[in-house]
Amino acid sequence: MRSQTRKRFEHGESEYQPIEGQIVWIDDHTDDDKLFVIDLPDGVALDHEPGQFVQLFVPGVGEAPFSIASSPTNEGPFELCIRAVGNVTNAIHDMEAGDVVGIRGPYGQGFDVDAIAGEDLLFIAGGIGLAPLRSVINYALDRPGEFGELTTLYGCTEPAEQLFPEELDSWAGSDVMDYRETVDEVPEDQAWDGNIGVITSLIPPLEFDPESTVALVCGPPVMYRFVIKALREKGLADDRIYLSLERNMHCGRGLCGHCQLNELYVCLDGPVFHYPTVRDKEEAEV
Amino acid sequence: MKVIDRSDFTALIEELIASDPREVVGVQESGEQYVFDRLESAEQLALEHDLTALSPKKYVMPQRETLLTYEQTDDDYEMRAEADPTGHIVVGVHPYDLAAINQLDKIFIDTLQDEPYRRKREHSVLIGVTMQDVADTCFAASMGTATIDSGYDLMVTDLGDRFAVDIGTFEGDQLLESVPTRNASAEEVERVAEIKADLEDAFDRELAFPPAALPTLLEASYDDMDFWEDYAEQCLSCGTCNVVCPTCFCFSVDMIRDLEGDSGRQERRWDGCLLEDFATVAQGENFREEVAQRHRHRFMRKGWYIYERYGDIACVGCGRCTRHCVAGVADPCEVYNELREGQHA
Ligand SMILES: Cc1cc2nc3c(=O)[nH]c(=O)nc-3n(C[C@H](O)[C@H](O)[C@H](O)COP(=O)(O)OP(=O)(O)OC[C@H]3O[C@@H](n4cnc5c(N)ncnc54)[C@H](O)[C@@H]3O)c2cc1C
Ligand code: SF4
Ligand code: SF4
Ligand code: FES
Repeated sequence: MRSQTRKRFEHGESEYQPIEGQIVWIDDHTDDDKLFVIDLPDGVALDHEPGQFVQLFVPGVGEAPFSIASSPTNEGPFELCIRAVGNVTNAIHDMEAGDVVGIRGPYGQGFDVDAIAGEDLLFIAGGIGLAPLRSVINYALDRPGEFGELTTLYGCTEPAEQLFPEELDSWAGSDVMDYRETVDEVPEDQAWDGNIGVITSLIPPLEFDPESTVALVCGPPVMYRFVIKALREKGLADDRIYLSLERNMHCGRGLCGHCQLNELYVCLDGPVFHYPTVRDKEEAEV
Repeated sequence: MKVIDRSDFTALIEELIASDPREVVGVQESGEQYVFDRLESAEQLALEHDLTALSPKKYVMPQRETLLTYEQTDDDYEMRAEADPTGHIVVGVHPYDLAAINQLDKIFIDTLQDEPYRRKREHSVLIGVTMQDVADTCFAASMGTATIDSGYDLMVTDLGDRFAVDIGTFEGDQLLESVPTRNASAEEVERVAEIKADLEDAFDRELAFPPAALPTLLEASYDDMDFWEDYAEQCLSCGTCNVVCPTCFCFSVDMIRDLEGDSGRQERRWDGCLLEDFATVAQGENFREEVAQRHRHRFMRKGWYIYERYGDIACVGCGRCTRHCVAGVADPCEVYNELREGQHA
């Protein structure tokens, strides 16, 4: 049995009361993406599982769900990587270190680290999908011996879209993880001497044992179907695939109905799903 | 079962209006329709109603309610969860609406502990009334909700110059303490049973099969896109069927900023899966883009999804959606019967 969401915070009158989080550090990653390092009062740990999300509340603007980008092995402040696409995300991009936001959660089901213990892990991230995966990639890196071989594939539309550049460099130079990357295209003003092509182009050349490998996938909706197809062609069975899916969310706790995917609630039953659970659900679009 | 004279029942309601701190609301006529609204006097009650425009759900889950307030001072920042406990005394609730509230209780209190809902619900009193008139769009008998034997504080049945009263809770019992009542005679008990039994035949509409067969039927009909497209063709995506439904509980959460900008509140308001942007994510991807997909989702949710999770069919057969849909395509009874017929054709 996987553990349910654990919670360390005392909520106020209801689950809808966020606790105060303070932005302690902001790192610009790309034109649109920033990393926010957030500290909870009294150094309390968020106590999340890799792959879970929080509801982040920006006063006067709104609330939105964000995957926790840091691993729970990294005690202390936690991290969110946020792309500015609308009201809440632009407002938080305008904030500065020292500013306060509201945090509810952690919510949802993350990657089931017990179920994948001992396996070789193949991480496949598209664009901002790296943020949720990073929580489990770093989890695996921080627990040597707990998993088998680690491989990460990362694809972006163009070189300037890459997140966590320093970390990518360290992964690329690491001998504990096989890291491979690609971009869809290279605009004239950007330098790139790596692979060009969609993320699925990284899969055929890979050598992995489908009997001992588990794939963990997160990216834009269009990506899933093609990645899964490529994985199947390499002989990977469906029950060796986990996906993190994104949906519209308002309550984060199984009531408001926005995140519903057929009979499932992405906020309660996901965002990380075992592929067989969602394979035959039309609304999963996988 | 107790019996209370009509005049004493009226006196009881008057007394509650005069002295109970809670607002007393009840069914009354408003123009062409019946509505639940604040009672100024017991005389306004229209307990012979067929169907109210909105259900009493609005008293436990208001159309808008504050979840949270926030205030920002120079270097401090306060957020407070609000759970307004204002309960109501609701008079004249039909059994199907009681059944709908029971379903919401299961989800909002027993399973997901929604504090704003729980508070209002626990501070409310529900006085039910046996149906006397049946709306032409109603099919509650088919859904097993034309009568009910729990989920109310008091349940009254009109016997002309007096009411038979079933006591459902301790609080209901206490309400009756201030007025004269007596035990019902065997004849009166019999009469109430007759009235309820006669109701079964009073419906123009019926589901052609037992509701227990719905989840399987819907599951089998999921991919029948021709049916859903055909059916949804006239649908305006106005969301009215969601809004009037006593078992629909989807909502949106909005931030409302006060004029000065340093304080405000977070509200939830009713929302509906028929509305076009309900499942749209920030960068424009809509996971239920087609009207037919949204339409199908509504029926799947009612007859299958909620059942899977909570064991209830999320339609009590009130017929409000049917009555209020200008396009004439919201009727679950008709949709389910047609699906069933198609399956056997
Ligand atoms: C489980 C999960 C994890 C996520 N993780 C990340 C992450 O790590 N980094 C990141 O940058 N983004 C992430 N997102 C996406 C992020 O939540 C949206 O980009 C964000 O909600 C957009 O809010 P906005 O107010 O800036 O956009 P606007 O377009 O202004 O949104 C307006 C309103 O639309 C609704 N809405 C639209 N899309 C969404 C959505 N996807 N989720 C919830 N409400 C929505 C909301 O009501 C919102 O208030 C995640 C989404 C989910 C569901
Ligand atoms: S079914 Fe009818 S009430 Fe519902 S959204 Fe369509 S037109 Fe509106
Ligand atoms: S779906 Fe229609 S008939 Fe069924 S409970 Fe809702 S409003 Fe009433
Ligand atoms: S976000 Fe409200 S039900 Fe999932």
